[in-house]
Order: sequence, then structure tokens, then C-alpha cells
Amino acid sequence: MQLTINGEVRTVAEVDTVAALLDHLGVTHQAVAVMVNGAVIPRERYASTFLADSDALEIVRFVGGG
Amino acid sequence: MERDDQLAVGSYRFGSRLFVGTGKYQSWETMQAAIEASGTELVTVALRRVNLDNPAEPSLLDFIPKSVQLLPNTAGCHTVEEALAVAELARASGIGDLIKLEVIGDDPLLWPDPIATVEATERLSDRGFTVMVYTSPDPVLAVRLERAGAAAVMPLGSPIGSGRGVLDTESVLRIKERVAVPVVVDAGIGGPADAALAMEIGADAVLINTAIAKARDPVAMARAMRLAVEAGRMGYLAGRMAPQPAAVPSSPTTGMIGRP
Repeated sequence: MQLTINGEVRTVAEVDTVAALLDHLGVTHQAVAVMVNGAVIPRERYASTFLADSDALEIVRFVGGG
Repeated sequence: MERDDQLAVGSYRFGSRLFVGTGKYQSWETMQAAIEASGTELVTVALRRVNLDNPAEPSLLDFIPKSVQLLPNTAGCHTVEEALAVAELARASGIGDLIKLEVIGDDPLLWPDPIATVEATERLSDRGFTVMVYTSPDPVLAVRLERAGAAAVMPLGSPIGSGRGVLDTESVLRIKERVAVPVVVDAGIGGPADAALAMEIGADAVLINTAIAKARDPVAMARAMRLAVEAGRMGYLAGRMAPQPAAVPSSPTTGMIGRP
């Protein structure tokens, strides 16, 4: 399955949900919010939100800022 | 004083009137120590993409004391839509509905876009956010922002990161006279005297990042800012004397020796 993650096109195998993708990428600890095709996905729905080919995701974290 | 002098922003309550940013520190350990030394109860954070090439990076959140409330910002946003998206992402993280709204209209000055800022304030407040709004120091705009639902109006003292202090204290005073919501001087504080002055003229709080993070000793500066904010606040509450045009003797003018 091909996904656009944070602006980068990536081919990801055997990942079906947002939760599985975060684990696969190893960013579960950092990620604080996820958007799929422009829609914010609540944390409690990570495991039940299925991904489809060509989905575009934004995976964000908190960083230092003023 | 702190217990009796809490600051209310929407449904949030703060004992400290010093808010601090988390950007530009040399290390997260220094940031953590500075946050603790500042006594702050509210820190700003930014939202950015995770670095997919370095997934093992520790999280900023590991270095912020759990008792401190997070205030996510919309820094870098130039449109209403961008700011709304960032705000929704921040709220989805589960840290609450506070948002520091920044919609920039001029990059070299990081000057806010007043028209987009009013619109974004209205839409975020309609969606249930507690919106703390970064704004230029304009009393008319402050009133518009309050009407649009701002929970706090945050006029810049001088451009972000410039450390030039509060260039237009008159405007901060006028804003304070016009709006009922808290007025927070955000941006431009360079040293403790700037922070004390902002508080002494009646600001409800100050928000400081660069002046602490870029001090030679950020932890000592965080403590200095804490004391300055407390001193300024106490001075404001104590009621400053009225300035006089000429000298007024402090000692008795009668009973001088050697006079007829």
C-alpha cells in the first residue's frame, strides 16, 4: 500500500490501521495527533481507523516553541 | 499573594503570571530546569511533523513537569484554515482545549494578520477552544478579538525574539482599559525590567521564551523573570505614586539648623 506520510510517499506492507502504522514507523511515543486525508483522527480511534492505498497522513508531535 | 491573586483564562486558573515558551533551548534538560525555576504553570509548545528518519527521538513532553498546563500554538500559520487544522490536531492530542492563536501576516516582523486573526478567533471559539490570541498592540483590534470570543488578548511588546521590550506601553494600557479578558504581553520581553514594567502597568501576565532560553544562564534568568513578574504585579496592586513635574522634599523643610 502506498501512503503519503508527512509529505513523503512511502510503500508500507502489512499495515492496516493508524495504530499499526505508528507502531510500524516506531513513532508511537512521539506522535500526539494524526490526520488522514485532512480529517483529525481521535486517539481512541487509531486502532479502528483503516488505511487505504494513496491515503495522505500527517503525523505530528509537540516540539519546543513560543 | 499567589493564592489570592489567581489569573483566570476561560475555565483555567493560574497562580503564576509568568507563561514561558519551550523553544530555542540548548538542551531539554536546561529547558526543564528553567521551567521549574520560573514557577510557571503554563508553557507554550509548537506542533510539527514527526521526523520519520529518527523515530526513537525522545518526546518534548517527557521534559515538561506534569503539573504544568500545555498551551499549543499555531506558530507558522499564515491562514485561518492552517490555524484551524493545527488547533484541531493539538486538541486531539488530549491536552485540553487551550490554543495560542498566531496567524502571521508579515514574515520579517512575524506581525500578526489582524483580519485573519479575528476570523480564526471566532471560528475556534465557536468550536469550543479557549483561544489566547497573539495580536498587534491595537486597542480597537483587542475589542474585536474579545467580541470574537478570545479568552485572552496577547499584544506583542515588540517583535517575537527581538528582546526590545515593551515599545508601546500606552497601547497596552489602552487595551487593558478596553477589554475585560486577561491581557498578556506576549513577545519582545528582553530582560527582567521589561517583564516588571509590563506587569506594573497592569498586564495580567507575560509570556516569555527567547529572553530566558537565550540568556547566558537560562535557569537563573527564569528565576529573575519570576521575581520580576511578581514584583511588577505587586507594584501594580500596591498602586504606584503619581509622577510629579519637579522635586518634592522627602525630609522636613522646617527646623533646619543655623537659620534665623
